[in-house]
Amino acid sequence: MGLFRAAFDKIKTGLAKTRSGVAVVLGDQPLSPTLIKQLERELIQSDVGVKTAIELTKDIQAGWERGEIESTGDAREFLIEQLIAYFPQEDRTIHFEDRNVGPTVILVAGINGAGKTTSIAKMAKSLRDEGKTVMLAACDTFRAAAVHQLEVWAQRLGVTVVKGQQGGDPAAVAFDAVEAALARGVDVLLVDTAGRLHTQDPLMRQLTKIRSVLEKKLPGAPHEVILVLDATVGQNAVNQAVKFTEATEVTGLFLAKLDGTAKGGIVIAIREALNIPVKFVGLGETPDDVEAFEPEKFIRAMFEG
Amino acid sequence: MFGTLTDKFSDAFKTLSGRGKISESNVREAMEQVRAALLEADVHYEVVEKFTAEVQTQALGENVIDNVRPGEQMIKIVHDELIKLMAGEPPEDIQGDAPGLGSTSTQSGAGEIMFVSPGPTIIMMAGLQGSGKTTTCGKLAAHLRKKGKSVMLAAADLQRPAAVKQLEVLSEQVRDEAAGDKTIGFYSEPDKVAEYGKAVGAAVTVCKNAVKQARAENIDVLILDTAGRLHVNDDLMGELRQVNAAVNPHQIYLVIDAMTGQDAVNSAKAFHDQLEIDGVILTKFDSDTRGGAALSVRHITGAPIRFIGVGEKLDAIEPFHPERIASRILGMGDVVSLVEKAQEQVSEEEAQALQEKMAKGKMTMDDFLKQLKTIRKMGSMKSLLGMLPGIGQQLKNIDLDESQINQTEAIIQSMNRDERADVDLLSGSRRRRIARGSGTNQKDVSQLVKGFEMVSQMGKQMSGMGMGQRLKAMTGLGGADMAAMAGGQNPFGKTKGSTSQKPKFKKRKKRK
Ligand SMILES: Nc1nc2c(ncn2[C@@H]2O[C@H](COP(=O)(O)OP(=O)(O)OP(=O)(O)O)[C@@H](O)[C@H]2O)c(=O)[nH]1
Ligand SMILES: Nc1nc2c(ncn2[C@@H]2O[C@H](COP(=O)(O)OP(=O)(O)OP(=O)(O)O)[C@@H](O)[C@H]2O)c(=O)[nH]1
Ligand SMILES: [Mg+2]
Ligand SMILES: [Mg+2]
Repeated sequence: MGLFRAAFDKIKTGLAKTRSGVAVVLGDQPLSPTLIKQLERELIQSDVGVKTAIELTKDIQAGWERGEIESTGDAREFLIEQLIAYFPQEDRTIHFEDRNVGPTVILVAGINGAGKTTSIAKMAKSLRDEGKTVMLAACDTFRAAAVHQLEVWAQRLGVTVVKGQQGGDPAAVAFDAVEAALARGVDVLLVDTAGRLHTQDPLMRQLTKIRSVLEKKLPGAPHEVILVLDATVGQNAVNQAVKFTEATEVTGLFLAKLDGTAKGGIVIAIREALNIPVKFVGLGETPDDVEAFEPEKFIRAMFEG
Repeated sequence: MFGTLTDKFSDAFKTLSGRGKISESNVREAMEQVRAALLEADVHYEVVEKFTAEVQTQALGENVIDNVRPGEQMIKIVHDELIKLMAGEPPEDIQGDAPGLGSTSTQSGAGEIMFVSPGPTIIMMAGLQGSGKTTTCGKLAAHLRKKGKSVMLAAADLQRPAAVKQLEVLSEQVRDEAAGDKTIGFYSEPDKVAEYGKAVGAAVTVCKNAVKQARAENIDVLILDTAGRLHVNDDLMGELRQVNAAVNPHQIYLVIDAMTGQDAVNSAKAFHDQLEIDGVILTKFDSDTRGGAALSVRHITGAPIRFIGVGEKLDAIEPFHPERIASRILGMGDVVSLVEKAQEQVSEEEAQALQEKMAKGKMTMDDFLKQLKTIRKMGSMKSLLGMLPGIGQQLKNIDLDESQINQTEAIIQSMNRDERADVDLLSGSRRRRIARGSGTNQKDVSQLVKGFEMVSQMGKQMSGMGMGQRLKAMTGLGGADMAAMAGGQNPFGKTKGSTSQKPKFKKRKKRK
């Protein structure tokens, strides 16, 4: 599949603005307890989670004592290898429905302000550029001007958008959108939803309802459920991932805002809890700023960027 | 982190207690727990290191070792130090009109805004993308209107699609819904809106014009909403500096997502270095974040935390209370907020009366029904329960299913007065009758009776407890009885799938 061809150097350029990774700070020098401590600190500061950071540091310590890890360079390679192992060979593509059957429905969810709507614009553009017809469903009927925001993107990208009443039932919009997508025979329907905290049960139930409406209207839908995460987020995101998965069977993560200084290590902490692939990374505010997730490049950027 | 720090602390002090004396190494071990807890709460690494080192010194100097309850003593020290760190100097209670104060000298406490006279007092919002700036503009406007101030909102985010519209809608909402009768103005120059990167600098003009407009309209407070930007984006940070120089805001608030991880200090520091922020507003505190960012940002910038955002609606803004957040960071739960909310639902006398009845084991089905209704009312505060670790977390996961509550209500209502007062009367035939009357089956009725008996039993036991314990038991109780009545499923076992999916692939290859 040619979608989201990886031009991953972009991740590096994104992060290069603030080169503060271990590689830069520590260079390659003989290891010492102080330097091991510093590695632990780098790990913790990348949000991978305390437990993982402490475990990995212990492994380095042990490797150093055994004489297997001698320099900061060795330690870095060891870490990279260990962290890449969190992301095995797995399917990180989008699963498309057979054209003859109907549209591919992608439900997009996440907490407030994570980057859902913008990420939808990014996916829409990539798909459109691949020659697919795209339709957007404006199921955020709650936040001020959320529909308008999606409409602006739709207009700029030249794709259609289905909307409902402000304050109306988002599930009803989802219903109408599938109907419209079927009627017009579009290839992909991207469903934008309102930001909601994973702790708000009624809103999480609403999300489940949106999902089941899609399912009812079109068996097999949604074909993908993408959870958008803000790369700056802390350990709380593990709860987010767990709760959203409970509510709507998330099939992939979209790690937005990786163009800042945050390392996005939280996806590793999430990996400790759930087996969901990261599919995309967001690297800016325009529709072009998206890349396919590649574990090795991501992890290397964490240490070398 | 699971379990409270209190538990971990008692563990730390248990290890060596067999030898009869608590040693310095116990303190060190406890500090390791503190360190892990703080890191898991997203407090920045360096802040944690510094903090734990300081507290350790203090703890060792303070004769914790000789204290009868060293664990509790240590918690108190840690807790107090956290509060000190977050509060800075005690918040002064200045408020009201003070003449001609510049931006750097306008120091005030949490939830207080310093006003200048003549107006307008200019407030500028700044922060990363999606942190909640625009929403907070609306909340502040509502808050200020309630205090009798006229407000104008100016849309200086000219790049995010529909940002101007969003602020306009919010200002209309404030006008229509917020308490007070003062003007809520809105200023925008929609023709300057452009795609990303093409509108840089336009905000300066818009802000200057907004100030003129606010002055002409005699507005008390002008709030400038700016575009979200990365602290490493030189062009956009330059734009903010220019706005700052051009209009000289009296207050610059940095808006930060309370769920932010370790990177919070990097961005906060950059914003502070370039703008000298006057205060921080932490949003999305209604999540279950432990909120370590609060501590880090306070520590790194020195700027006080003014408000916290606790929801998407206009009134979801509160002054910042360091003590509450300290408990939360330590995993002790925001008990104060919970109790306050609970008090809104149940009157003191009612609670007292019920408690006495329960203590005597004299609770009736009618009391039970009343309680049930309260629980239903409190359904809306379930998010708050999430602030409590342990029991609170578990209860929060229970679905307060309306239909189940309805069913229970129906069953109780099918009982006659005598039966409600004394469940022992409920023989098999009576149960069958009640089941028929309520459209349920006999099993449901028995389930309810069992749940009820459990509750009254616990009620008796609880009568000897202290306040904290009781609160814990009560919250647990809600879950237990609800579940018992709802058909006996284990309420705490409801974890759909997720945990069984733990990855198997994580293998640790050792280097050769
Ligand atoms: N730098 C950067 N900014 C991003 C990225 N993705 C989204 N944003 C910005 O983040 C902000 C929030 O994005 P939205 O797409 O509106 O987020 P949302 O999740 O739809 O927000 P709600 O619907 O309000 O919950 C906007 O200012 C976006 O431009 C990214 O990859 N990098
Ligand atoms: N739950 C909750 N949501 C909030 C809070 N504050 C803001 N939000 C939501 O967070 C999302 C982003 O808020 P905005 O006000 O658009 O954020 P912003 O900083 O203006 O975003 P940009 O202008 O794109 O940088 C919206 O969905 C808001 O409703 C809060 O305190 N709690
Ligand atoms: Mg959105
Ligand atoms: Mg905004």
